[in-house]
Amino acid sequence: MIHPVIEVRNVHKSFKSVHAVKGISLKIDSGTFVALLGPNGAGKTTLVEMIEGIQKPDEGEILILGKTWKDHEHELRRMIGLSLQETRFIDKLRVTETLSLFASFFGIGTERVEEITHLVGLEEKKRAFVVNLSGGQRQRLALGISLLNRPKVLLLDEPTTGLDPNARREIWDILLKLKQQSGTSMILTTHYMEEAEQLCDYIIIIDKGEILKEGTIDQMLSTEDGEKYIEFTLNNPPKSLPSVTELKTTIEWNQAENKGKFSITHIDGYLPLFFNYLEKNGLHLKDLEIRRPTLDDLFTKLTGRHLDE
Amino acid sequence: MNNYFQKSQLYQLTRAHFMELIREPGVLFWGIVFPILMSLGLGVAFTQKTDVVRKVAVIENTKGDKSFSNLDSLFSFRAQKVNTPSPDSFSYSITLPDEQLGNTTFLFRKTNWDEAMLMLKRGKINLILEENNGKTEYHFDPLNPDAQLSYIKLSGVLENKEIQPVKSRPVIKALTLTGTRYIDFLVPGLIAMGVMMSCMWGISYGIIERRSKKLLRRMVATPMKKSYFLLSLIAVRFLMNFIESGLLLLFAWMVFGINIQGNLMALIAIFMAGNFAFAGIAIFASSYTANTEVGNGLINVVVMPMMVLSGVFFSYHNFPDWAITWIQKLPLTMLADGVRSIFNEGAGFAEMYLPVAILTTVGLIFFSLGLKFFRWH
Repeated sequence: MIHPVIEVRNVHKSFKSVHAVKGISLKIDSGTFVALLGPNGAGKTTLVEMIEGIQKPDEGEILILGKTWKDHEHELRRMIGLSLQETRFIDKLRVTETLSLFASFFGIGTERVEEITHLVGLEEKKRAFVVNLSGGQRQRLALGISLLNRPKVLLLDEPTTGLDPNARREIWDILLKLKQQSGTSMILTTHYMEEAEQLCDYIIIIDKGEILKEGTIDQMLSTEDGEKYIEFTLNNPPKSLPSVTELKTTIEWNQAENKGKFSITHIDGYLPLFFNYLEKNGLHLKDLEIRRPTLDDLFTKLTGRHLDE
Repeated sequence: MNNYFQKSQLYQLTRAHFMELIREPGVLFWGIVFPILMSLGLGVAFTQKTDVVRKVAVIENTKGDKSFSNLDSLFSFRAQKVNTPSPDSFSYSITLPDEQLGNTTFLFRKTNWDEAMLMLKRGKINLILEENNGKTEYHFDPLNPDAQLSYIKLSGVLENKEIQPVKSRPVIKALTLTGTRYIDFLVPGLIAMGVMMSCMWGISYGIIERRSKKLLRRMVATPMKKSYFLLSLIAVRFLMNFIESGLLLLFAWMVFGINIQGNLMALIAIFMAGNFAFAGIAIFASSYTANTEVGNGLINVVVMPMMVLSGVFFSYHNFPDWAITWIQKLPLTMLADGVRSIFNEGAGFAEMYLPVAILTTVGLIFFSLGLKFFRWH
């Protein structure tokens, strides 16, 4: 019998008065990259730390390759790789020394340390003290540590939070390379929808301890009625937009950014109506973009909030 | 062989902790240089025979009493005018020469009551003289031993009962033998204190800091053996303590000629037992909290009372008897007394086996309690 790599069955976890995870179940197959997407405080870290065996669920069961943490802790520790949301390694230890230290926990020698240094692009920094690394370099070190043991299961908790776009892109490149090369399965938590879209095959949107929606990116974003989003800016932005009855939709108007947004189902039918509306109200279009829905649109639709709120 | 070490958890953990320590210049200063400076400072201050200066305020006679008083005669015949008195300084002085006990110089300042009281409150003087109906009155706090001594010496001079300068009194035999000086008392105390401080701050703070940085959590999410982690942390401390104490001892031997009169192996035994006791207490103190400020408090709760009570700098025998019974049961007292008796009294294993056994047991108890509550996450 082939087990899913990770199986979570009806897991609950509470902290004092907060019910952080409310009966989540999920299955992840071998070689799949999965994103747990949700805003801060959604319960992503709690869920992923229970999968990592760092926290124990109050209720429910977690199986990794068919094995439980209770009975196979040592074995599972050898098989998984992880990076926590925030870890500060020993300040006055060099990059190579830090990698060697963690390598020794798995009984791994120097060769793999060299390999990893190369993989995460820290060759030039290998003699640098951890304290002198930039945020992106530290995250790459943490990622390198998580990959030392060639893990079958990789669990990354917000690996790019707080990084600038360049540093984020470097982490993505490492992970995309890994995806092509090995049969590792990965769960990554994030509140950046681009990250989920770029890296993952399967996306689970979670909020307030529950799964709101899950599927591949195409499944999530394809809608039967061909819904599209229109975003526009105006040359003469008013304080508030006059109401639009003919469009059968509401326009979300952000005065500070001079930006309007609404969704329509049939572009050819609705777009002329929109132009009429602008003309009738003396509004002059500066910019117009028609795009398919994003994960953030989906999240907003489901919760009324944005992912980064 | 090289690769074997490379892959050994214990080697890598010990190496990492050791590197972290020696790469921090502050650690080397506070661990090695500071105790040596302290022994130098205190050792010199308490072993050098220097002149003692005692300052006294004299209340000026404002009643118009013309009779020739004791004090007047003192200032007219015995005392010397200080050559260059600044506005605030004392204008008369009397020096009592004494080869054996060191010279004592009294400095006098004529002033009024208000100013005399202010000087007393500020600790500039501890004795006030006043002439009342031809009699000299001494005002001082009878509980202050320093003031008492000033009174005894000065009243001797004023009443002409002063023991005339004697070149050498046959009754006073100065103790200058090694083992009886203050420095001989101090250095073993400093060694014991060093062990306590190093274990408590090094191990406890190290663990709490790693927990607050989530490093502990990250480490136990690997197949790392938890016992190796603690063992390596303790081993590095033991090594540092050996180096620190060794250097302090070397310094004290070279500068003050301190030597170990008792059994060296017994000294190593009590030293190890002390290290073990404090390592255990350190693990216990740091077993739960992830907050470095709480950790600070916890460490101070352990360290401060023993610093004050256990007789590191001065003997605890001045405390009341009921307290001494308890003080002698403190781990730092046991360690300091044990090291001291080997240094100065020539003690050996026979005197050491009980404190060694107790300190080891203390270490074991706290170590196991600490592990029971230990929070890795």
